Amino acid sequence: MGLTAIAFYALAAVAVGAALAVISARNPVHSVLFLILTFFSTAGLFVLLGAEFLAMLLVVVYVGAVAVLFLFVVMMLDVNFAELKQGFLSYMPLGALIGLALLAELVLVTSATHGQGHSALAPPVEGTNALAIGRVLYTDYLVLFQLSGLVLFVAMIGAVVLTLRKRTGVKRQSVSRQVGRTRKQAVELKDVKSGQGLS
Amino acid sequence: MEIGLSHFLAVGAALFTIGVFGIFVNRKNVIVLLMCIELVLLSVNVNLVAFSAFLGNIQGQVFAMFVLTVAAAEAAVGLAILVTYFRNRGDIAVEDLNLMKG
Repeated sequence: MGLTAIAFYALAAVAVGAALAVISARNPVHSVLFLILTFFSTAGLFVLLGAEFLAMLLVVVYVGAVAVLFLFVVMMLDVNFAELKQGFLSYMPLGALIGLALLAELVLVTSATHGQGHSALAPPVEGTNALAIGRVLYTDYLVLFQLSGLVLFVAMIGAVVLTLRKRTGVKRQSVSRQVGRTRKQAVELKDVKSGQGLS
Repeated sequence: MEIGLSHFLAVGAALFTIGVFGIFVNRKNVIVLLMCIELVLLSVNVNLVAFSAFLGNIQGQVFAMFVLTVAAAEAAVGLAILVTYFRNRGDIAVEDLNLMKG
């Protein structure tokens, strides 16, 4: 068994095991941490497949952004998670049934593809993986690339709009009132007689 | 035994099944539901990259990138909805999510 095989089996085992831990962990914080572990091992699998750029992207986007976002939300919400865990066993039979059916179908499909494709764990590459992706991404898929940027933009605006709230009782700056103020409203001249002061 | 395409497809299938299974067993906890959706999308990415590598076609990886983008956007919007819901209700029980009675 070569080094690649050992690496593959280790990474695959960790990925699947961590994925199982994600759905069965009692504490959602542990779930998020196991999700990060799954992403890391999958990034390792991507490196084995020669897709280094995507592996780094997975680490940066998922581990660096999405998982941290999950962690923030889990820690920010003050929820009794033990209560949410209660229906776990009652949903188990149906879930197991559907999961097994799905797995059987996927195994059938997977075994049908056995032996197809050339062995490409060391794929023939010209230049780096990022170069190859960039060549295609910025030419053939330029419009889709821009559209995916638009998707992210809309998601960002949506998230901001959804979570923005106007709280009452908070002093905030009103720019229009500040700019619209005239001299008459702001300054009052008093004619003070000497030695008397303002009453 | 050499590592072939079917090995990677098996990993993808396992991750996909675990994700769908998790959606069923964690019906009450929206946060874990969102994580299960991430798992499903990740398994799709594994399949795309595996086929891309073994068929010698880079376009699978480009497509996987788009899937990644959509997954990130979905997670952001989903969590924002979750935070808003929690702020309004003080709870994240999905079973009470029937205000519209569809």
